[in-house]
Amino acid sequence: MAKAKDALLDPLFNNNPIALQILGICSALAVTNKLSTALTMTIAVTLVTACSNAAISAIRNHIPNSIRIIVQMTIIATLVIIIDQMLKAYLYEMSKALSVYVGLIITNCIVMGRAEAYAMKNPVGLSFLDGIGNGLGYGVVLMSVGFVRELFGSGKLFGVTILNTVNDGGWYVTNGLMLLAPSAFFLIGFIIWGLRTWKPELQE
Amino acid sequence: MSHYFMIFFNSVFIDNIALTFFLGMCTFIAVSKKVSTAIMLGAAVIAVEVITVPINSLLYSFLLKKGALAWAGYPDLDLSFLGLICYIAVIAAIVQILEMALDKYMPALYNALGIFLPLITVNCAILGAVLFMVERDYNVVESTVYGAGVGFGFALAICLLAGIREKLVYCDIPKGLQGVGVTFIIVGLMAMSFKAFSGLQF
Repeated sequence: MAKAKDALLDPLFNNNPIALQILGICSALAVTNKLSTALTMTIAVTLVTACSNAAISAIRNHIPNSIRIIVQMTIIATLVIIIDQMLKAYLYEMSKALSVYVGLIITNCIVMGRAEAYAMKNPVGLSFLDGIGNGLGYGVVLMSVGFVRELFGSGKLFGVTILNTVNDGGWYVTNGLMLLAPSAFFLIGFIIWGLRTWKPELQE
Repeated sequence: MSHYFMIFFNSVFIDNIALTFFLGMCTFIAVSKKVSTAIMLGAAVIAVEVITVPINSLLYSFLLKKGALAWAGYPDLDLSFLGLICYIAVIAAIVQILEMALDKYMPALYNALGIFLPLITVNCAILGAVLFMVERDYNVVESTVYGAGVGFGFALAICLLAGIREKLVYCDIPKGLQGVGVTFIIVGLMAMSFKAFSGLQF
């Protein structure tokens, strides 16, 4: 039971995939200017990581070592195609907003990294939980960056106005930098700084 | 001619794949500690981009696009949903072939590149460039130029970052920020300076 809890909760802070393992940063930066895209991306990555971990773990004893990368790639690509088609069918606007980043979940190092580092050695149930944990750890960073960027960049959260902007006759002058790419780098840099000050044993 | 120059210039400076689209970030951050390795990785990325983007462009326009299989007697078939799995397979195969070819004919270069070559398979900059190529519907020549531009842009960005990080050794950085943290902030500043190109018009 303790092991299952570790598999699920460890990646949230102690071993966060983005802030500490430095995996899967690409998409973390690009989809965070709105909370809604960040949330969709979190759900997609969590599902793919959990399912691919479970699938790879189920056949781990049958995969020849020399071709394991290509087997993992095939499983991951299949899952991503399913997610991509579902988004196109039911959330077309969202799939347009995420553009190529849904497809890029295939090369998201979190999925590949967890398959290689965890699912190849552990049973199905634990691997599934580890996938969910890592997806959530990714989500924590994504949502906090998205929260700051959307709130200060456009005065909204999930598209609902929180700070009334000057353009709509309110008082808040939007911070244009927050909507641009560089702000995401600064925010993640600060998150890493904060996390490592809070837990000094994680420092390099 | 100017059309191709535009595509190249755009993909190197205005739409730099690393600093504007954040693709290939994992390698970008992990392999930028020394300029010499950064140059090596940049060269490998350029080579793989120039080969894979046009090949995937051919694959898309002659097999996967809606109506592309008309020559085989299936004018209504739309296989574009199979795109992702085909592109990644092509990339993995090309990297594997390139690795074997280098091992046979240029062992010196092969040894110098070492682990970087297989790592490129999972570099999002490659798959990202392919997906952008599909989204913008480039033809074969355009996609070759685009591939070269993207590769060159990535190489340029990673060499610049490695240069800065080499100098950073002499700085007194707060404990928690050392290593990855400060690298993120530097990349942010670099991305801001690349924003200056975005106003360019031809």
